[in-house]
Amino acid sequence: MSEDFNDNKTIQAQSSEAISGGGSGIGADADYVRPAEVADQDLYHGHSFITKWIFCQDAKVIGVQYFLLATFTGIIGLILSWLMRLQLGFPGLAPFMTAEHYYQFVTMHGMIMVVYFLTALFLGGFGNYLIPLMVGARDMVFPYLNMVSFWSFFVAVAVLLASFFVPGGPTGSGWTLYPPQAILEGTPGSGWGIMLMCISLILFVAGFTMGGLNYLITVLQARTRGMTLMRMPLTVWGIFTATVLAMLAFPALLVGALMMSLDNVLGTSFFMPTILKAGEVLEYGGGSPILFQHLFWFFGHPEVYIVALPAFGIISDLISVHARKNIFGYRMMVWAIVGIGALSFFVWAHHMYVSGMNPWFGFFFATTTLIIAVPTAMKVYNWILTLWRGNIRLNTVMLWCLGFIVTFVNGGITGIFLGNVSVDVPLSDTYFVIAHFHMVMGIAPLMVIMGAVYHWFPLVAGRFLDEKLGKWHFWLTFLGAYSIYFPMHYLGFIGVPRRYFEMYDSPYVTSAVGMNEFISLAAFIVGAAQFILIYNIIKTLKTGKPAGHNPWQACSLEWLTPTVPPEHGNWGDRLPTVHRWAYDYSVPGAKEDFITQTTPPSEVANTEVEKT
Amino acid sequence: MHVGIIFFLVILGSVLFHIFTPWYWTDVASNWGGMDDTITLTFWIGGGVFIAVCLFMVYCVFKFSYKKERKAEYKPEDKKLEKILTWATTLGVAALLAPGLIIWNQYVNVPKNAIEIDVMAWQWGWQYRLPGEDGKLGTTKVVNINDDNPFGINLDDPFGNDDVMIQSDVINLENNRPVKILLRSVDVLHNWYVPQFRAKMDAVPGIVTYYWFEPNKTGEFEVLCAEYCGVGHYAMRGGVEVQDKKDYDNWLQEQETFSDLIAKQKILENEKTKLAKK
Repeated sequence: MSEDFNDNKTIQAQSSEAISGGGSGIGADADYVRPAEVADQDLYHGHSFITKWIFCQDAKVIGVQYFLLATFTGIIGLILSWLMRLQLGFPGLAPFMTAEHYYQFVTMHGMIMVVYFLTALFLGGFGNYLIPLMVGARDMVFPYLNMVSFWSFFVAVAVLLASFFVPGGPTGSGWTLYPPQAILEGTPGSGWGIMLMCISLILFVAGFTMGGLNYLITVLQARTRGMTLMRMPLTVWGIFTATVLAMLAFPALLVGALMMSLDNVLGTSFFMPTILKAGEVLEYGGGSPILFQHLFWFFGHPEVYIVALPAFGIISDLISVHARKNIFGYRMMVWAIVGIGALSFFVWAHHMYVSGMNPWFGFFFATTTLIIAVPTAMKVYNWILTLWRGNIRLNTVMLWCLGFIVTFVNGGITGIFLGNVSVDVPLSDTYFVIAHFHMVMGIAPLMVIMGAVYHWFPLVAGRFLDEKLGKWHFWLTFLGAYSIYFPMHYLGFIGVPRRYFEMYDSPYVTSAVGMNEFISLAAFIVGAAQFILIYNIIKTLKTGKPAGHNPWQACSLEWLTPTVPPEHGNWGDRLPTVHRWAYDYSVPGAKEDFITQTTPPSEVANTEVEKT
Repeated sequence: MHVGIIFFLVILGSVLFHIFTPWYWTDVASNWGGMDDTITLTFWIGGGVFIAVCLFMVYCVFKFSYKKERKAEYKPEDKKLEKILTWATTLGVAALLAPGLIIWNQYVNVPKNAIEIDVMAWQWGWQYRLPGEDGKLGTTKVVNINDDNPFGINLDDPFGNDDVMIQSDVINLENNRPVKILLRSVDVLHNWYVPQFRAKMDAVPGIVTYYWFEPNKTGEFEVLCAEYCGVGHYAMRGGVEVQDKKDYDNWLQEQETFSDLIAKQKILENEKTKLAKK
């Protein structure tokens, strides 16, 4: 096998020389693409079951592994949310639900969904599967490191879940893990639980750095001939920028977790001032709880965009393919992704307006936060302008896209409430915040994930998912989730604080009881609806309609592999050569309504294509 | 077809819900009505954008659904349109930011005539202290805290002796007089929050934080802890009673000062030792 491969390498080197040597004719000139700078390299091919499917170095398999493990963890997060909603909607119904358990579920739900589900799924899952295919590489540049990255994630998840079984249970300090409370008695899991949480996060960050370096260097160094940066699909731009953010933001979380572990185990006082507990002065002194919050949110806010930017990128591609129209304002979209990414490092303290930090910071962070609204709004405009005068296929993928636009705009606008410092004062720490961030970074990215699953499943599995089940899945999820989180904002207006195990009979919240019951019922239905997808996948893996090559008539490279699903090495004998951007849909004069990225200009000579 | 209709109904439903909702904010009972006004303004501008974007999307779904014979428009960019949209958005955002910052400026600048109230938070409850006739609170230290000295007032600080110690988790306030809430915590983060006053701030162990408001409605209000502080967080309630000046002064007269407390304690101790001697 590898001998064949070496032969191909020489063939390709010759052919590129031939093109560059004989480039004097006009037709050939237009088709000219710079020769490859580095010869094609052979990959390590696994032969046994273990090297092919378990300790595998193929980015596509690693992507699927990340996807499955993240989904498994996400289902645990989902079940925890059911238990929380059970308590909030119908307090006292579940006999095992103590305040301790409630706060443990809150904490684990939050951390699982943000880090172990969304981040792992977007970057580890979609990043691994799509980056090499979309930029025309055979694999990630460091396949072995990539494998270690997944298995670090695996161990991180195992440690996280192990905390359910240690004395005291998992930490119940809220997903923000604020000290001093996180490591003091009075919070569930203040001993073992928080320790395991910190270890798990450290493992996750370490593993994630290995994967992240891979994504970055693959995008920067392993693009195929002709794939300039400004020809990359926005999915790659989104994941690439998110990875840059992750490389800069996760270290802050890492040191935060490390320092808190030291406070907990060795009795240092990074975050611990003099504290009185049960009449005794503890042996801490001089530390600053707010320092932890700065570290946490210096990670935490970019984290929002680590999830959002890949979602932005993916949704742009899905809308473009299924509206049969180029993404409107591609360059603006790229700069918006990069700009949002850069700005996201200057807004972290908008999570801390009422934290007790110097209140004068409020002016700065409110201004930077609202500035971010401008590039974000531009992205929204460009999505709907892509629909404008398109030729929109209203299939399941497009439904998820439309659902994303509604939920994202809704959640984005409530973000303007919370970012605007003095408006945040009455709303912070209430259900308005819960509703806002679930809408904008829970439901909206979920819509993208689902759309992406329906879109790329034919590539990964070679078969279409069932459309009818897909539509049921969409409408139940979208309408259900919207009716959970839209009314929830109004609980926040009343002033209902978040993280309350029980409301008792506060005079102004008795009216909220009915709404809480409704929200809980909707949450049960939406959660259950997700199993439609699992059923759909299991069913169509065997009996689904075969997809064949490029079933959506897309332009981008991942659909142009010689085999579907793509094999290890992706491209068979020759790497593809790229002649245009990924969005030449409905070009006037072209026979079909798409021109693939590999189509040389001479083949579509009579079209009015714009130079990209 | 039905796709567009359902999305349209979602938008319509959201608007109707907002108009007819029985769940809305409590009547404001402090000077921070301006926060409500900014929320309302944000609702108008933000809600307008939300409706416009979604309706445009619904229109596209109706008008441009897939037809085999039609071809989509090919137009990669429209610099002019993008420019207009950028500036319009910037303008809208600035219009929201300006009032937000103006009110924040009021929030961080405490009026000179504000009466200081020392709020001490612990897992899980509240304690209050007012400055005495000298108008100054005595300095404190966590290590001084014990049953006789719940705030840890430095005994050698003369300003501390006349501090008024409230022996209740309900604090009374004088109507229409600004108060500066000084927040302290002995253990973990807390947040002294009365929804009707709109204002809040975390209490952080190790430092003193503050915020201010001016109550303008008499009556009783519930205090909630708004920063997660452990397993008793949801039960960490307290109370505020806003009274007119006369009632407030009467209430204040009945409260004990720090030196009263110390004296009482000494008498108790003396009796104890006497009993022991006998």
